[in-house]
Amino acid sequence: MKTLHGIAASRGIAIGPAFHFRQADLRFERLAQNDAAVEWARFETALEVARNQLIHIRARAAAESGPDQAAIFEAQTMMIEDPELLAAVQAAIQEAGLSAEAALHDSAETYAQSLEALQDEYLSARAADVRDVATRVLRVLLGIGESPAARLAVPSIILAHDLTPSNTVLLDKSLVLGFCTAAGGATSHTAILARGLGIPAVVGATAQVLNVAEGDCLIVDGERGLVLVEPDAETTRLYEQRRGRTAAALQHALDRAGEPAITADGRRVEVVANIGNVEGARAALEAGAEGVGLLRTEFLYLERATLPSEEEQYQAYRVIADLFGSRPVILRTLDIGGDKELPYLRLAPEANPFLGVRAIRLCIPRPELFKPQLRAALRAAAGTNLKIMFPMVATAGEIRQARAIVAACRAELKAEGYALPDRMDVGIMVEVPAAAVMADQLASEADFFSIGTNDLAQYTMAADRTNTGVAPLASAFQPPVLRLVKQVIDAAHARDKWVGLCGELAGEPLAIPILLGLGLDEFSMNPPALPLAKHIIRSLTMASAREIARAALELGDADGVQALVRERIPALNVDGPSLL
Amino acid sequence: MPEIKMIIQHQVGLHARPASLFVQTAKQFKSAIKVTYGARTANAKSILSVLALGAGQGAELDIQADGEDASAALQAIESLIAGNFGAAT
Repeated sequence: MKTLHGIAASRGIAIGPAFHFRQADLRFERLAQNDAAVEWARFETALEVARNQLIHIRARAAAESGPDQAAIFEAQTMMIEDPELLAAVQAAIQEAGLSAEAALHDSAETYAQSLEALQDEYLSARAADVRDVATRVLRVLLGIGESPAARLAVPSIILAHDLTPSNTVLLDKSLVLGFCTAAGGATSHTAILARGLGIPAVVGATAQVLNVAEGDCLIVDGERGLVLVEPDAETTRLYEQRRGRTAAALQHALDRAGEPAITADGRRVEVVANIGNVEGARAALEAGAEGVGLLRTEFLYLERATLPSEEEQYQAYRVIADLFGSRPVILRTLDIGGDKELPYLRLAPEANPFLGVRAIRLCIPRPELFKPQLRAALRAAAGTNLKIMFPMVATAGEIRQARAIVAACRAELKAEGYALPDRMDVGIMVEVPAAAVMADQLASEADFFSIGTNDLAQYTMAADRTNTGVAPLASAFQPPVLRLVKQVIDAAHARDKWVGLCGELAGEPLAIPILLGLGLDEFSMNPPALPLAKHIIRSLTMASAREIARAALELGDADGVQALVRERIPALNVDGPSLL
Repeated sequence: MPEIKMIIQHQVGLHARPASLFVQTAKQFKSAIKVTYGARTANAKSILSVLALGAGQGAELDIQADGEDASAALQAIESLIAGNFGAAT
């Protein structure tokens, strides 16, 4: 038995076989190493293999995902047989002496670019299809095989260097027992995805993760941040027991999930969910969410080749807002840039994307990007309790500019005869230290604040949250971060505005007493964390929470803060049933 | 060389399903078939070049066929466009 140490990123215990999710390396030689006839033969063979893959996928898509998905693969099948494309590849091989890989890549790229140049939503999607087809053939030429997600066939623990949202969208989540990554911190995408799914995860477990043999039995201990490789029978038995106990304890919290979160001395706080799509909305309702504190809208933009239309966005927002009826749903406007990219926006690469043109900074100057989303939100707010908030706000001027665009959209929609809400609250995410410092000024411009502690911590601590080397520094438990949280809450309350928190911190059992004590009004977290958070809030009094918060702000580091809470509230021990 | 002129009435233009049907129809014939829209000319059997025409609703196309089954090919294409692609979407 071997033990790997990492960061506990999503609670729970998973036991199962190892599955390596390896990213393909698609680098290739530009010039042919063989003569042209051999190179062309290589290409034709690869083409045939790729064509068969497509026919197979198309049949699967038709059976599993319906005609729209199948149509995409039908279009791709026609492209792979396209006589003009094949002629271009042949010419590049025979006349320019290029390798099959380079010839295909260049020819496909020429078509992709000419389709994109027509600036049509549909044709841009086809440009992405041409590239996708080319990548498929390249994989065959390079002997790489299909997307790793396609190989996952039995329930497994996913091992990877790190995972991006576009990798994981293809994974069949019902076959994922747990995650273990070499890189990443507690707020890396793998961690966020795992918590969203309620699947145990350990991240930042170093490159040793990649040396685990495929199929080896693993235990992922998402409480202690351990991964056990080929555990002995006794260890496995103990972990199976623990898994059972934790499940029973959670069941207790689940039984009362629908009841409000009122402290033992009578203060009620709102406990709401962070969601990213309609499945999340349903899971949130089941877990007892009193609303949505963060509706991430990136799901509409990722994994596609063009911007979603206003109508498509409206339908998506409408479905979610309707599910919650009169309960609040806070939609965060597009938060792209930083570690989240949209290839079709063709954003210039930046040396420091986290400090670059992301989120509201990207949207304000691009009305073609921003307005369809705002219009869709305004329309979906009619008859529901939808609110919006802007991410990455640093100055009051940004709020005024963005609100002016909202007002313009409202006027347009009114002129076009759409039903509109009498009022739609417009708030901001407080995640840039500048916004926290100036919270008193910003509170006059925004209807509410929602603190994003993941980014607030990394910007305050100058520690990249995706860099394992500085992960402990980027913890939201750091006293300077907590002091900023207090400053934001105090500034907002002084102006009768409410404050929520939608970072990972809100669902952290050890953070809940502190946040409660600081006066937080709304706790927004991933649906699986909701029942336990409510249970913890019910077990506390405001008097004790204030006392803990006061003491925490005087400590020197994150470890000290966590130790303090554990000491003051022994029931919040990280292991099993004592959590409750 | 036989030639026809047709206007695309379909609301999505010569994209999506209509484009697929157009190319599939052209492929059934041995003749070389060229389709011209404005300044661009495409091989009618190539989905990529047909799409790259960017022919939307109302586009006027010039279609030429060259080969033994040229007139049959043009007839088939004519009835496809005149029948509004079976009103496929």
